[in-house]
Amino acid sequence: MNPERILEVKDLCTRFHIAEGTVYAVNGVSFHLNQGEAIGVVGESGCGKSVTMMSIMRLIPIPPGEIARGQVFYNHHDLLELSEAEMEHIRGKDIAMVFQDPMTAFNPVLSIGRQLGEPLRVHLGLDKEEIRQRSCELLDQVGISDTKHCLEEYPHQFSGGMRQRAMIAMSLACSPSILIADEPTTALDVTIQAQIVELVQRIRQQMNMAVIWITHDLGVVAEIAERVLVMYAGFIVEEAQVDDLYENPRHPYTQALLAALPRVDRRRDRRLQSIPGAPPNLLVAPKGCPFLQRCQFAFDRCRGEMPPLIQVGLNHQAACWLDVTTGEER
Amino acid sequence: MTESTLEQPKPGIASLLPDELETPPLSLGQLTWRRFRRHRMAIFGVAVVVLIVIYAFGGMLVFSEADANHAETGNALRAPTREHPFGTDTIGRDILARTIYGGQISIIIGLTAMLVEVVFGVTIGALAGYFGGWLDSVLMRITEAVLVIPQIFLLLVMARYFSQSIPNIKLLGRTFSGSVLVIVFVIGITSWPYLARIVRAQFLSVKENDFILAAHATGTSTRDIIFRHILPNISAPIIVSATLSVAAAIILEAYISFLGLGVRPPTATWGNMLEGAYNYIDTAWWLWFFPGILIAVTVLSINFLGDGLRDALDPHSRSA
Repeated sequence: MNPERILEVKDLCTRFHIAEGTVYAVNGVSFHLNQGEAIGVVGESGCGKSVTMMSIMRLIPIPPGEIARGQVFYNHHDLLELSEAEMEHIRGKDIAMVFQDPMTAFNPVLSIGRQLGEPLRVHLGLDKEEIRQRSCELLDQVGISDTKHCLEEYPHQFSGGMRQRAMIAMSLACSPSILIADEPTTALDVTIQAQIVELVQRIRQQMNMAVIWITHDLGVVAEIAERVLVMYAGFIVEEAQVDDLYENPRHPYTQALLAALPRVDRRRDRRLQSIPGAPPNLLVAPKGCPFLQRCQFAFDRCRGEMPPLIQVGLNHQAACWLDVTTGEER
Repeated sequence: MTESTLEQPKPGIASLLPDELETPPLSLGQLTWRRFRRHRMAIFGVAVVVLIVIYAFGGMLVFSEADANHAETGNALRAPTREHPFGTDTIGRDILARTIYGGQISIIIGLTAMLVEVVFGVTIGALAGYFGGWLDSVLMRITEAVLVIPQIFLLLVMARYFSQSIPNIKLLGRTFSGSVLVIVFVIGITSWPYLARIVRAQFLSVKENDFILAAHATGTSTRDIIFRHILPNISAPIIVSATLSVAAAIILEAYISFLGLGVRPPTATWGNMLEGAYNYIDTAWWLWFFPGILIAVTVLSINFLGDGLRDALDPHSRSA
């Protein structure tokens, strides 16, 4: 394994066995993450972004969930093979997570200080005074002033932006090497969004922390990520450096996604484009390309066989049987 | 040059720093107290409960336990007089002194039986609700099994079965009949199912919250999630239920003692003071009136207190 790679996910498959059948949520996802690197994971709702990350953290409820196969290497250990107790040492200490909705991610009956101190107590075994000290530093780091006062407060006394800052402070408590941010700005308004993006960027550089940023906002991805994974129906369909992806999308889905973006340099009287159809039903075992029904280029081969990720350029892979720039079959 | 008065900052409100003008954050406890004190009957309940506790425990300073158990057969069944303000019972013991010592036992039984109930109910409810699956099924079937047997029968059978199997115990300089322990245990063991069901239901709903997932994601252990994250969230229904079960335990103790299966004489309780009093309902009203009124007032006050707590702790009744 490349020494730079701190996380390597191979062929991860996660399913949920529910009353209606089996939900094929993640279908053979492979990617890696380098030390200090920021990657973005984009895709529409329900395409398996969060489930992939939850599987890596082993936070999938089992049952009904099942991690059918795959490996997740972190520090030469396969996280999927670890015991629950060993996993508890990794969560929050080596890999931390920030959730989408800061309004619900805090326990309403415990003070901010108590919750902020939790990872410090659990992982570092600090005593009360040290926890207090470190909590103040952490809040300070994420730009919350009057830290002593804030530690005594309860989540409902914080605004959304402040809570997300506090949430980030909590995830940074043990200086993790990977931060998984699951749509951390979706529930916030735009000005706060920008502040949070900036905050994470700053901290990432300070701490040389790798970041996985899940979002469906392509604009945010461009700002934070160096490399982007595009997910669709539980598959990674394209992977590229961020600039490359925007300038030169090589998968029909990515193309359609980018075409759907409102742009300032486009004529305003034109209607926004959308992608016709809906994502496939995840209750059906995947066969062939999942984007088949919505793809303007679809042909026979797409029906029978899911294309693997094919190298289409330097650090650029796309899962399509067609070279969309030339129209040639691979 | 005339000086404007506006330029001179006046001492008082204007000189307060913005920080001092801000209201300090209220803790949940303070918020609860604010709502609780608006509940008149609850405040009345608290006052009466405090008075009764003072009566039962402060009375120790006036009467010794020997007074309470001192029988003067020549002085039996005397109506209230100056010497015996509450009269004397069938073997000439002073009823005032007995209600004091009996009150202690009744209150202690109420509190300890509640503790037993809370320990059983919370543990079983938490395990069933948090882990679910087969453990939930097994524990809930047991709970239902206990629930379908009428509590009174279970109480009487157990009280009869276990009575006199426990020797007397000495505590706080007093000797308690072993039957007190039996009663506490028996009441506790038969009343936990309701609490277990409440706790289970609360666990089922609270554990689905995002903040529990977030706690998992920070590496919090299952034990900490149950005790440090979920339990504080459901303390309100547990506190209310526990308060009301103190009253229920006092009634149950009175009930079994009245039937002669509860706490054994000479240890007095409000319940066993009523035992035998039914023979004298017409002729010696003071035998049943004083212990009876004390039970009624205590139970009523605790129920008011519980209602007040329910309203104050329930997040849905924020209107108050």
